[in-house]
Amino acid sequence: MNPTDLPQDGTGPLLDVRALRKVYTGRGRSVEAVRDLTFAVGAGELVCVVGPSGAGKTTLLKCIAGLLPPTSGDLVLEGAPVQGPPPGMAVVFQEYGRSLFPWMTVQQNVELPLKQKKSLTRPRRQELVRDALAAVGLGDVPGAYPWQLSGGMQQRVALARAVAYEPHILLMDEPFAAVDAQTRADLEDLVRSLWQRLGVTILFVTHDIDEAVYLGQRVLVLSGSPTVVLDDVAIDLPAERDQLGTRSSARFGELRAQVFGQIQRAKRGWSASAGQQSRAEEDAAGPEPTDSPVGTR
Amino acid sequence: MAKRPSRQRSGVGRRITATLGRALWWTAAVFGLPFGLLALWWVLSADSQTFYLPPLSEILASFDDVWLRSDRLRADVLPSLLRLAAGFLLAVVVGVGLGVLIGSFRRVRAFCEPVLEFLRAVPPPVLVPVLMLFAGFGNTMKVLVVLSGCVWPILLNTVEGVRAVDEVLTETCRCYGIRGPARLWHLVVRSASPQIVTGLRQALSVGIILMVISEMFAANNGLGYTITQFQRTFAVTDMWTGILLLGLLGFLLAMLLRLFERSALRWYFGLRQSQRDDGQR
Repeated sequence: MNPTDLPQDGTGPLLDVRALRKVYTGRGRSVEAVRDLTFAVGAGELVCVVGPSGAGKTTLLKCIAGLLPPTSGDLVLEGAPVQGPPPGMAVVFQEYGRSLFPWMTVQQNVELPLKQKKSLTRPRRQELVRDALAAVGLGDVPGAYPWQLSGGMQQRVALARAVAYEPHILLMDEPFAAVDAQTRADLEDLVRSLWQRLGVTILFVTHDIDEAVYLGQRVLVLSGSPTVVLDDVAIDLPAERDQLGTRSSARFGELRAQVFGQIQRAKRGWSASAGQQSRAEEDAAGPEPTDSPVGTR
Repeated sequence: MAKRPSRQRSGVGRRITATLGRALWWTAAVFGLPFGLLALWWVLSADSQTFYLPPLSEILASFDDVWLRSDRLRADVLPSLLRLAAGFLLAVVVGVGLGVLIGSFRRVRAFCEPVLEFLRAVPPPVLVPVLMLFAGFGNTMKVLVVLSGCVWPILLNTVEGVRAVDEVLTETCRCYGIRGPARLWHLVVRSASPQIVTGLRQALSVGIILMVISEMFAANNGLGYTITQFQRTFAVTDMWTGILLLGLLGFLLAMLLRLFERSALRWYFGLRQSQRDDGQR
């Protein structure tokens, strides 16, 4: 009973999201965070999800990760409905400082999830840890504690932990939002190279349009809350990308403008219908309750 | 070229001097006040004529005879310490175990909270007569008295620590299939460990008090018993040596706990330090 051993035929989608809806119900009020999301991610794809702040991106990701039950709709991963965190999935959170165990060394942090896989022998486990740390460029600090490392290095540890887990799909929730620009560029290239080398499927959530276009094969543009998919942009940039050349190419600019236009339209639509644009933008943490629909498209 | 080794040596020398200086400063900081107070006591009591307040010089002179050149270390101090250790360790097991359970489930917490607050408010010494009725006069009663006092600070601190387990870390465990005993230890107990240690520290001081009190009621050996006996037979100087010994033991046990804390919570102090550094930047 180990779905990670399921063979991938590569024809059907790895992840299928159909009519996903999520309403948070609190005391006397309910908030519709996600209205109607339908999309599919094929095996081996790198898909970026971009949307304005407070667009329910994190809600979407938590539903896919099996951390939140959707209100309605279907989530199918590798042919099986998602009912809890699936075994073949790894998640990298935005809050690197809080997702690593501060009482464990870098090596122990990467190794702990592997210890739960009973099928792994000890030498194999250590090999996976060593390879993963080397792959993210942290082969020389296995004995350090996370808090002794910079933010970028901590996020590399989280990435190594995910890679060592050998997931079929890797979810990343704005993983580089809290690191400085230079480190961020390095980490983006690291994600691209890991994806190309390992053939893992990646769903990368971000609010940064440039990042989404630079990283993805496809960019899903989400509307403001309550969320729907506005557009599914295919990124036809060459597979080999580099920070300077790719970002300054004409095609990058066009794609960026296309996505940017969609998001602006999403915001306008939101503001026209609800008249609360500024409030919606400020409230990145939790979407405001509203009865008015997003009236775009 | 020839100068280089000598410069290195002087560098090493400077480092040694600095380390020595720090060690001296530390020693002065730790022992300065206690010795200052002892000196004050010594001077003020030097020509005391009061029967109940003998000069410190006399107390120290008889300390040797009363405790070291007699059988009392083995016959009285050791049983006291064993009772304290048994009660304290049982309190750790019960307190951390129940604390994890209560802290993990909101419903259990809501259910238990009023009772816990009530029980915590009962001063443990009043339980001594009650426990004597159930457990007699033997060691069981004394261990139970220590346990009944030590368990509350450990339990309540554990509950608080477990409640505060980080949400992102909890979700990380769920994503990576870390459950059962691994989750309990690596996530819950380790997260709560700073608060648990705070509880241990509070419990230790309560435990020492209760160790003495339990031996004052009904005992034929132990530190509390011996000190009470000295007092009842007007061996006032001997009684004072017992009080000094108790203070000394309390200090040593607190130091032992501090050593444990330093090694078990090394990550916590490092994490806090790095957060402070980030805040300054």
